[in-house]
Amino acid sequence: MAGKKIIYLDNAATTAVDEKVVGAMRPYFNKVYGNASSIHMLGQEAGKTLEKSGNEIAKAIGAEAGEIIFTSGGTESNNLVIKGLAYANPDKKHIIITRIEHDCVLNACKWLQSINQEYKVTYLDVDNEGFINTKELEDAIRPDTFLVSVIHGNNEIGTIQDLTAIGKICRNRGVYFHSDACQSFTKVNINVKKMNIDLLTINSHKIHGPKGVGALYIRNGIKLNPLLHGGGQEKGIRSGTENIPGIAGFAEAVKIAMKNQIKDTVKMAKLRDNLIKGLEKTPGTKLNGPIGEKRLCNNVNITFSAIEGESILGYLDKEGICVSTGSACSSRTLEPSHVLLAIGLKPENAHGSIRFSLSKYTTDAEINKVIKTVPKVVGVLRKMSPYNVHNLYRDKK
Amino acid sequence: MTINYSKKVKEHFMHPKNVGEIKNADGVGQVGNPVCGDVMFVYIKVRKRKIKSKIKSKIKKEKAEEEYIKDIKFKTMGCAAAIATSSIITELAKNKSLEEAEKINRNDVAESLDGLPPIKMHCSNLAADALHDAISNYRIKKLKGK
Repeated sequence: MAGKKIIYLDNAATTAVDEKVVGAMRPYFNKVYGNASSIHMLGQEAGKTLEKSGNEIAKAIGAEAGEIIFTSGGTESNNLVIKGLAYANPDKKHIIITRIEHDCVLNACKWLQSINQEYKVTYLDVDNEGFINTKELEDAIRPDTFLVSVIHGNNEIGTIQDLTAIGKICRNRGVYFHSDACQSFTKVNINVKKMNIDLLTINSHKIHGPKGVGALYIRNGIKLNPLLHGGGQEKGIRSGTENIPGIAGFAEAVKIAMKNQIKDTVKMAKLRDNLIKGLEKTPGTKLNGPIGEKRLCNNVNITFSAIEGESILGYLDKEGICVSTGSACSSRTLEPSHVLLAIGLKPENAHGSIRFSLSKYTTDAEINKVIKTVPKVVGVLRKMSPYNVHNLYRDKK
Repeated sequence: MTINYSKKVKEHFMHPKNVGEIKNADGVGQVGNPVCGDVMFVYIKVRKRKIKSKIKSKIKKEKAEEEYIKDIKFKTMGCAAAIATSSIITELAKNKSLEEAEKINRNDVAESLDGLPPIKMHCSNLAADALHDAISNYRIKKLKGK
């Protein structure tokens, strides 16, 4: 790896921390290292940073100061919503989610059902681009529904759901509306008040902040049972000494991202479209997910027929290009991506899918290199494949 | 890469041996399913040769012949493990008598590659099965031919 130039196109997995963010975090390791709960000056200064950071993040999503609590990341925030809301509303037992949620939402719901069979989960179907049908959502709401949770920007195929439409329905029907916005945060405008969002999951390491820190927006007045009990930090909802360096870094990352939002997202969208155009020239390819404004500006997901994703990933890795795949072969469960199956891909097409996810650091030259390298790699693997390249398996939707 | 493969697996994955088809192969083996993500085709050319082993002297002057794999090629769609096991099986089986080739099992394949990750032992270690399928395809063809 030494000396080799890496083209990192796995930013939906995690991003490089911005140098300015590293700078903003530094003092909190060994200069302002106080516990934010302590009354002495080092503690007070840490406490001020905690408050300021919360305000910065609240501002970015149109929330009020004090409606943000910090967590360890997206997984914790999503778990806190589902389990915390379930325990706070024991008389209600129905949740509505989509088939394309992140594993942490799916598995938190499954866990609830495993401890109490009274819990029922409705999985909303999506169309071949990954969009839910709002009519179907409306029909699914029952008197005992306590939560609708819909992922904002999908992590695999980039589909951006219409949160305004969903929020309106949920508010009218009096059910809580949560969205997992880990991928879309700072890339797509979010205003929790205008969109009638009750709870919003966001995190830091997808936006060039540090890992291990995230946040949850909880609309004033909503009660959640904590997952962690202890000293009562974060309004008693999330005990544990606050990760001040991480939180300061998160806030700085948000500040930078919001300041450069238009510049960065326009640039990424342009590179995204160049990449799609370039890769689609290879025969036997198909873009997964929508095109244009309803797609995350940094997401490209392509199926290459007759070959398998882990192999493509391995050959690209050798060329210094880092991507990810929806193939079963690279997952812990040996199941192909549930998202790709939900949009109607046959398993054999899901196996051959590759996700390229860009960042603000991605350059024209990098995209051109990828456009040149991918057909070579695909060609080598197709020479090994017993299947006909032009015979892309016909999908269901 | 996502999975921790041995150096040998990576070598065979990046530079697989005996890729391709044999036109008019004497036997063709096929295992796997595109739905699972791994499919292997193994093509063999079978010829006869005089037995070189020590047993020869005991048989004395009688002509002892055996069938062996003169040439072998593969085509595989699958992950790194699937490609690497396909490649190594062609090396293991080439020039072996059919009887010897039939004895090559999944563990031999994995061992020759300095091991496979446990998760891959089951799903992608299909090469030995593909080879056995090719040999039985040859034998069936031969029986039908007679």
